Amino acid sequence: MSDREEHDEHVFRLTRRKALKGLALGIGTMVLPAKDASASVWDSFFQKNFRELSRPERQKILARLEKEYSATYKKSVRVKDTPSPEGVLFGYGLDLSRCVGCRRCVYGCVTENNQSRDPQVHWIKVLRLSKERGVDLEHSEQYYNPATVPQEGYFYMPVQCQQCENPPCTKVCPVQATWKETDGIVVVDYNWCIGCRYCMAACPYGARHFNWKAPGLPAGEMNPETHYLGNRPRPVGVVEKCTFCMQRTREPDGKYPACVEVCPVGARKFGNLLDPTSEIRNVIENKRVFILKEDLNTQPKFYYFYSV
Amino acid sequence: MVPPPPFTEGIFPCSECHKEMRPNPTRRELKDEHADIQLKNHAEKERWCLDCHDMKNRDKLRLVSGEQIDFTESYRLCGQCHGDKYRDWRSGIHGKRTGQWNGKKQYLLCAHCHNPHNPRFKELQPMPPPMRPENIR
Ligand code: SF4
Ligand code: SF4
Repeated sequence: MSDREEHDEHVFRLTRRKALKGLALGIGTMVLPAKDASASVWDSFFQKNFRELSRPERQKILARLEKEYSATYKKSVRVKDTPSPEGVLFGYGLDLSRCVGCRRCVYGCVTENNQSRDPQVHWIKVLRLSKERGVDLEHSEQYYNPATVPQEGYFYMPVQCQQCENPPCTKVCPVQATWKETDGIVVVDYNWCIGCRYCMAACPYGARHFNWKAPGLPAGEMNPETHYLGNRPRPVGVVEKCTFCMQRTREPDGKYPACVEVCPVGARKFGNLLDPTSEIRNVIENKRVFILKEDLNTQPKFYYFYSV
Repeated sequence: MVPPPPFTEGIFPCSECHKEMRPNPTRRELKDEHADIQLKNHAEKERWCLDCHDMKNRDKLRLVSGEQIDFTESYRLCGQCHGDKYRDWRSGIHGKRTGQWNGKKQYLLCAHCHNPHNPRFKELQPMPPPMRPENIR
């Protein structure tokens, strides 16, 4: 761990301690669990930052969550904490000469990652751009709704978390509830997030989303295969974002993200940037590639490319 | 590999009907059978059925070299003209793969997405647009 991170951790510990102290004095504005709250609510309230937990502590928390979710959604829910795989840095490719703007990826993501249906939360936003103007985000349109796509004269550009190598979002978090893991995935600990939404303001891609209300997730549609830092059900008042489907991609039988699998034109590519034989490396080395808002030095690991 | 795209119901094996017929190698418009198959946007002036379908063995496709191949290998046939796409497809750039990014994959074949007789990708109905923020309660 670098000095810098140690320093940062020190800061957030102080901040959290101060916050709790403030609460104890009765001057805090944070909502405390109700008087009749169950032991598990208090447990989660006093839970440590996920990165500081020992193995047994983690296991206890995962078991507690599994029990809670299984009861709520009336099915056996799994909450994994699979760590970053060794020697892997995830990268994503999106073929702008293929995408037809059909939004299958948007809804494939919602289903896989347990986003709130009502109020609506979408991690992927598909922009429609005119071929004449090119990649001109000011003139993009996300509410297009013709009978069929693609439309003459337009191309389409899906935007989601770019898993920046130099992410501005994590730096502004006052309590270090969000960070970048070694496989490059930027994650949020929903139990630690205080909902200040600084990260949303810092993200130049609009990739973070806030749960203004308790997520509306019908039990029948809940995906029970979850990751603690990924698609497990979120509480009200926290920020969430794309995690490259870590509940799928981090497993030994690393499945492609849901959006890759659902795209009907094969516009979406995914793999290990450190593997010179991977599809994504192939794309980067052989095709015209660009990253979004390069001038901000966020260093996205999400590569837009033209296959023709 | 995934199973090759399905044929029209009851049409395969082609030899079922063709074994009774004498092959006619004259280039012509088909009127009695297969009238629904129209070559479109696919160099229809230059080519016709027997450029790709083998005359002697109707259950096979035929490469320019004369080699007979199975329908499951149709990508080799397409690759004769579309060499750039074929290369991109083999390296995972063109087309779609499913399965594991770090392991076993399924590759969709050309004909899963492109009708070989009319290969232009068909337009789709988009899924609903997102709600405008003012409508989210
Ligand atoms: S599913 Fe594929 S083609 Fe459709 S909008 Fe998403 S990326 Fe584009
Ligand atoms: S796209 Fe936004 S949320 Fe994702 S890592 Fe970059 S700054 Fe953070």
